[in-house]
Amino acid sequence: MIRMQDLRKDFTVRVKAGRLRREKRTVPAVDGVSLTIEPGEMVGYIGPNGAGKSTTLKMLTGVLAPTSGEVSVFGLTPVPQRTRLALRIGVVFGQRSQLWWDLPLRESFRLLRHIYRVPAAEHEARLRRCRDLLDLDAFLDTPVRQLSLGQRMRGELTAALLHGPGVLFLDEPTIGLDVVSKQAVRSFLAELGATGDVTLVLTTHDLADIERLCHRLVVIDHGRVVHDGTIDALHARYGSRRSLVVDLDRPLASGFALPGATLVAAEAEGHRVTFALDSASAGEAVAALVAAASVRDLSVVEPDIEDVVARLYASA
Amino acid sequence: MGELRAYAALLGGKARSMASYRTSFAIELLSNLGSTVLDVVTVFVLYRATARVGGFTLAESLLMTGLTAAGFVLADLVVGNIDDLKRYVRAGTLDTVLIRPLRVLPQLIFMDLPLRKLLRLAFGIFVYVAALVVNHVHWTPTRLTLAVVAPIGAAVFFGAIFVLTASLAFWWVESGEMGAAFTYGGRDFTSYPITIYSDWFRGVFAYALGFGLVSYQPALALLDRADPLGLPAWAGYAAPLVSVPAVAIAALVWRIGIRHYRSTGS
Repeated sequence: MIRMQDLRKDFTVRVKAGRLRREKRTVPAVDGVSLTIEPGEMVGYIGPNGAGKSTTLKMLTGVLAPTSGEVSVFGLTPVPQRTRLALRIGVVFGQRSQLWWDLPLRESFRLLRHIYRVPAAEHEARLRRCRDLLDLDAFLDTPVRQLSLGQRMRGELTAALLHGPGVLFLDEPTIGLDVVSKQAVRSFLAELGATGDVTLVLTTHDLADIERLCHRLVVIDHGRVVHDGTIDALHARYGSRRSLVVDLDRPLASGFALPGATLVAAEAEGHRVTFALDSASAGEAVAALVAAASVRDLSVVEPDIEDVVARLYASA
Repeated sequence: MGELRAYAALLGGKARSMASYRTSFAIELLSNLGSTVLDVVTVFVLYRATARVGGFTLAESLLMTGLTAAGFVLADLVVGNIDDLKRYVRAGTLDTVLIRPLRVLPQLIFMDLPLRKLLRLAFGIFVYVAALVVNHVHWTPTRLTLAVVAPIGAAVFFGAIFVLTASLAFWWVESGEMGAAFTYGGRDFTSYPITIYSDWFRGVFAYALGFGLVSYQPALALLDRADPLGLPAWAGYAAPLVSVPAVAIAALVWRIGIRHYRSTGS
């Protein structure tokens, strides 16, 4: 459904070279990306600032023309088939509004119905669903300029979905939102993705978005794809492991070894120890520990995806 | 048909947005009128000092001023706001226009049609019609056609200039007010008989850039006067055709420009 083949976008920048002279330099923003996304997938696109996430999204939506390479969505080439493609995709830019600033939210939706030429009944049904899922009713008659960021973002999501797109592109949909609004956006998108009717492609800096929503994670850095797979695959590849934190009545006997796990820390004079689980499951490790020592308390700590990604950015 | 409905919706959105700022709209409506009134007053003031300017009487000059005012304000009303393109390009907000299933130029036009210029358009047309009356034009069917076509041709020509100069922003974000030299400068140029300008300046603006065909030549044909600068009489009737190449060039530059759009980060 979405295909990118060796996609590139170069930007020409002028840099100061001497007092008056300025030199042209070509900077690759997207540097040979090849990806295929199937219908119904939920793909998270992450990468540090300036990695080329937004640029890729803009080439997929026809906003920017690629420098070279191929891109197609629904078999359409975004440039020059932009207007035809626009009828079949939805786009939310977290930092740009497509709503009418001075009009009530309801009016923006009405105008969009005409712009996308949606039959009234279909429009009504989709709006009804968004109103229910996103709790829009409380501010449907408020001018957009008076909405909070969280309310506006719920409006933007609705605006992008009223014409029933088959793909929804989201560029940092949770940026700047408070915890409650983030949750609302995420659970809405999760529900939307679960129906399988809409393919979701989102960029984000908030990895919680990915953990909650996306089975597939694409990490991009310096315009290149450095990881494409599940979050678990990312953990496996970078050796991040779950760990077991144990509080003990007495320190462990010296020389104690837990099969399939490595002791990584001992605190409080040996009363608290941490094991990283290599090949042992949490259950096996707990059983072995309880058999060998007097355990007061224990907890299993999931690996921190933020750490993994930070390491990934640093190594790329 | 569906597309027209979409543009009508955009225009409706603009009108309703303005309704939330009624007082400021009324003030803008009036202050906008002021600038065109001033252009016409300037012509009257000029003729207080002398009976003829560049060989033309006040009434004859007014026909050129009126033709320019009607044509320019019509262009300004319809596409003048394309000048804001540099703001959209700079801020990257053209993105939201590009994701809609409509063409960019008509979207920008209808999203932000400056209805505050309506009163000004009415005044421009009034000056043009009044000038036609006081000049006692010797009416023939051809001349009547020309009288209608000339201001429309002028509007199309100025519209092309607006689009052309605004397109510069795709390459050069800091294009600033350079475009104004050709739009507003062009309007001032065509408000007077071109006989008053020096040779080289007239050569560039009137003939190379085509501004001499916007109001001066059609006015000569309407007044049934021979061109003191030597162009044949039919030139006046053919003059509105200058807008055809102007539109073609503007459309081409616009198309190339939009491919050059770079958006902004995130």
